Amino acid sequence: MCIAVPAEVLEIKEGKIGVVDYGDLRQEVRLDLVDVEVGEFVLVHVGFAIQKLSREEALETRELFRQVYAAMEE
Amino acid sequence: MSRGKEIIEALRTLADRNYTFMHICGTHEASIARSGLRSVLPDNLTIVMGPGCPVCITPQGEIDAALELAEKDCILATYGDLLRVPGSEGSLESCGGEVRVVQGVHKAVEIAEKTDREVVFLSVGFETTAPTVAATILQSPPENFSILSLHRLVPQAMQWLLEQGEAQLDGFMLPGHVCAVMGYEEYEKFPVPQVVAGFEPEDILLGLLMLVNQVREGRAEVENAYPRVVCREGNVRAKELMYEVFEPCDAEWRGFPVIPQSGLRLKEQFSAYDARKKFDVEIRHVDTHSACICDQVLRGVARPTDCKLFGTACTPRKPVGACMVSHEGACKIWYLYQRNP
Repeated sequence: MCIAVPAEVLEIKEGKIGVVDYGDLRQEVRLDLVDVEVGEFVLVHVGFAIQKLSREEALETRELFRQVYAAMEE
Repeated sequence: MSRGKEIIEALRTLADRNYTFMHICGTHEASIARSGLRSVLPDNLTIVMGPGCPVCITPQGEIDAALELAEKDCILATYGDLLRVPGSEGSLESCGGEVRVVQGVHKAVEIAEKTDREVVFLSVGFETTAPTVAATILQSPPENFSILSLHRLVPQAMQWLLEQGEAQLDGFMLPGHVCAVMGYEEYEKFPVPQVVAGFEPEDILLGLLMLVNQVREGRAEVENAYPRVVCREGNVRAKELMYEVFEPCDAEWRGFPVIPQSGLRLKEQFSAYDARKKFDVEIRHVDTHSACICDQVLRGVARPTDCKLFGTACTPRKPVGACMVSHEGACKIWYLYQRNP
């Protein structure tokens, strides 16, 4: 039920509807819950974008991993 | 999984006593089972699933209410997960009424726009799903549309588990996508180690490592191992819409008693969309008498394989308990991936 999938916003239409790309599948989703622009990434759940993602945040996780390893080596 | 290997090594070194952590998310359980993650953890480190499947914790009385709506000739729109959950007499799949599986609430509205019949959306789910329903209600759907609100809130169930102490937990792995919407501020009141984790096996291992470290260092705080998706405040707009439309109410969970303020009902001004009021449907408590131990599985005190019915009388094709029905249910996930763990 809480499965959510990242997708890139390709197009924004009238009435808070967006066309997103999951990688190999394009679909219309509702954008009522987020402010996004074309080219940004969102997390899609039950046909709605529920949160905006950024490339920086994705990189932050990698940094967190790096810190954990560094701590382990101490 | 080279990073994962390093974390497993670290866990083996650090786990110097018994640790038990609970996650509250079917997607976490699916990832753990699919990757065989439990088999590589140190023996004294246990991760159990709690009440993290919205379909599984929907009590029988609410399924009966949905079946009553089908009898009243409503078209029911639902997520596919709910179809086979047993009610007192049959399931949605076998009830003979018109039941349509939809991707989300907006598709249920589309059905209502094309018919004169009443359409009821079975509105199940945690805080990930409730804002999508709220946004839809605020767009004034047609008069023949309504919802049966079966929503539940995660922190209230955690509070119950902590007060009750039955599962003897050292900490919680928080559900990444519930926190994507809600943030994790409201979890900071709990005096227990907590880590928000993502869904890749490495994310889960990282979450476990951070939990073990909190316990070892005597800390009890909320840490975020999923910052690529989750921030402390969550999705502020989604939260605002949710509380514009819904208000908390007491609600029973399968396997639990009534947990105060753990459900969501439509506010008075949206009564026209409330199927309970519109069709005068009452939700009753139903006592179940069966060897099924879904209740204990949902409280994290029994494993699916502890159940006498698991894989014999109870299978995904002919489920006895709700945990064998949903893709997010512990029993169905274990049946799919590790029948002989």
